[in-house]
Amino acid sequence: MEEVEKEKISTIINKYKKDRTYLLAIFQDVQREYRYLPKEAIHFICNELNIPESKGFEVATFYKSLSLTPRGKHTVHVCLGTACHLRGGPNILDTFERELKIKKGETTGDGMFTLESVNCLGACALAPLVRVGDKDFGKTTPGIVQNIIQEFKTGE
Amino acid sequence: MDRYMRRLESIETFLEIKSSLMEQYDHQIPTLVIPAGTCGQASGANALIRAAKKELLQKKLTRKIRLRVTGCHGFCAMEPSVLVEPQRTFYPKVTPDDIATIIEAVAHGKTVNRLLFIDLETGQRIEIQDDIPFFKKQTRTIMSRNEKVDPIRIHDYIRNGGYEALAKVLSCQNPQSILEEVKASGLRGRGGAGFSTGQKWQLFASQRNGNDKYIICNADEGDPGAYMDRSILEGNPHGIIEGMTIGAYATGATEGIIYVRTEYPLAIKHLNAAIKQARGLGLLGDNILGTKFSFDINIVKGAGAFVCGEETALIQSIEGHMGEPRQRPPFPIVKGLYGRPTMINNVETWANIPLIINMGGRTFVQIGTEGSSGTKIFSLVGKIKNTGLVEVPMGITIKEVVQGIGGGPSGKVKIKAVQTGGPSGGCIPASRFDLTIDYESLKNVGSIMGSGGMIVMDDNTCMVDVAKYFMNFLKDESCGKCFPCRKGTQRMHEILDDISRGRGSSESLELLEELAMAVKDTAMCGLGQTASNPVLSTLRYFRDEYIEHIEKKHCPAGVCKDLITYFISDRCIGCMLCIKACPEGAITGTKKQQHVIDTSKCIKCGTCKDVCKSEAVQTI
Repeated sequence: MEEVEKEKISTIINKYKKDRTYLLAIFQDVQREYRYLPKEAIHFICNELNIPESKGFEVATFYKSLSLTPRGKHTVHVCLGTACHLRGGPNILDTFERELKIKKGETTGDGMFTLESVNCLGACALAPLVRVGDKDFGKTTPGIVQNIIQEFKTGE
Repeated sequence: MDRYMRRLESIETFLEIKSSLMEQYDHQIPTLVIPAGTCGQASGANALIRAAKKELLQKKLTRKIRLRVTGCHGFCAMEPSVLVEPQRTFYPKVTPDDIATIIEAVAHGKTVNRLLFIDLETGQRIEIQDDIPFFKKQTRTIMSRNEKVDPIRIHDYIRNGGYEALAKVLSCQNPQSILEEVKASGLRGRGGAGFSTGQKWQLFASQRNGNDKYIICNADEGDPGAYMDRSILEGNPHGIIEGMTIGAYATGATEGIIYVRTEYPLAIKHLNAAIKQARGLGLLGDNILGTKFSFDINIVKGAGAFVCGEETALIQSIEGHMGEPRQRPPFPIVKGLYGRPTMINNVETWANIPLIINMGGRTFVQIGTEGSSGTKIFSLVGKIKNTGLVEVPMGITIKEVVQGIGGGPSGKVKIKAVQTGGPSGGCIPASRFDLTIDYESLKNVGSIMGSGGMIVMDDNTCMVDVAKYFMNFLKDESCGKCFPCRKGTQRMHEILDDISRGRGSSESLELLEELAMAVKDTAMCGLGQTASNPVLSTLRYFRDEYIEHIEKKHCPAGVCKDLITYFISDRCIGCMLCIKACPEGAITGTKKQQHVIDTSKCIKCGTCKDVCKSEAVQTI
């Protein structure tokens, strides 16, 4: 791992006073920085906090919002909460899989999109809901999936 | 405004500031109130707010008309909406273009008739929010506060009676009297299990294990379909802070933690802002309001694990471990966070505390029923017309909520059941809708109160699919520590999946029931022990649907993909919309001729049904 990166991560660790109880918070901050949790970062953090690496990987793999593989520029979250499920959420997910040619949990070859499902985003009145980055799309239909993808492809 | 930003050094200064804020506020100045919680923003509230600001500036009306951006008001189906005070005129589904018209009318003391809410039952326009059936039949003691305050302005909260309960308990200097009030209120935990809050507090107050004692607000609202906690956190974060501070004073807690889901970014933002403001004014931190009492709150973000809503798993997660539950006892109240006494209450429970102190436990206990006092917020979602958050007194019937407030089914088909309690709850059939809502009666029919999700299902909902959905959820979210839950949920999901694909056999149901009972009896934590509820309750009330899947290989609701076939009926007008939309090119036909689906190519994605305007695409 390069020195620059180590410095970046050290700043995060120091923000939490090298306290191991903040392991999850440190991981979240590192993930925000890199859009994923690089394995080298976990090695480094565990070393700095003086905890076994197995502990680090245990936490890193337990929580859904942490990812050990690089994420796309945009993460598409298709909500599959109960209300979204009843109102056609699974079809929306299928359509995204078909259009992006990837499965749930994967990232497109060009690194633009990562596709995820989420258990509930708590905006059930707008079911089925899709969140891309921090933008929410309510009452989605298979027909508008293509438009959502285009918006983020061309919007950059 | 300088003196309003200064730290409040005594209870007297707080009361002075409060009176002066109240005096200065002219209630006659019209105010546009725009709800902009997560769902409001997703339906376009931000564009509305921008348009309103621009219009007020351009027309030089900023001194004559106020604008208040608030959290969610609850009528999510009608968002983005505008409420105009002091008349309380309600405008549903407002577009940025309409806002100029509304502002123009407000400036002249008029209303815009064409934009008012229409009651579909009577066809009449209703002007005042409180006259709309959706609002009229509720008892909004908690939700009504969301309308009154801009969540990131602490002075809004103080002006509306905020922190008054805290000032009151601090001046009484009698923690035991607070415990008595909470006990007298009869409040029970709003997180699901319904344990008496007063008893819990009393037990926690008596703990003497070391100097540190923690209280936690469980804001890991993981039940899919429930979002009342999000709306309280986003819309009135100070209510939670005040509730927790009162709780700390009553029980001798030294530190507070709010454990909130990472899926709720706006709630986290508002909480952070609110905590900072409360600290700044001396309502949180060392020597609160100049007294000897010190207490502070920190936020811990979850990372997407449903099991972390279970209290022992939640504690593990705060300590930086993976969120696995552990055996109880010892209960967290004796030995919890960092081995110290820890008391965990749900968001809605904390939100009720300031209300109880203000109105008194004896008044609070009058609301609701004898065993279940107060109100409960439900998120009424699914196949219902008036989707939203409804706050009702305990003891109201399901029918009143679904028909009276919810306005009945969203589509043309009739309502079949409601599901309460999330993945730990069960489905209640329409034939039991005269049931009153309280902790015990819901339990008696095989469901639970849970955190308050109420998901409405109609005849187009397949109950096998619903059970399969919850089991899929639970098998994914099972932490894997204990075998019955880890394997049991997997196996139940496999059986349900087989049934939904027409591969079920006559033994499937027997096996499913046996497995469900075994998991219920032997799993370690609450998640596992209740994991069978969706299966058991659907089997109890909708067994015939299971049998139809198994024996006739038919899904009566037309949901289970492997058992249905799409076709185009003679209602087709030949518009070719579906031909263009079909991703597989499976539909053929010419203009004004009935189209045909090639079933060998059809992937049953439902896109054609979705785009068809004449309801010609159907399933068998």
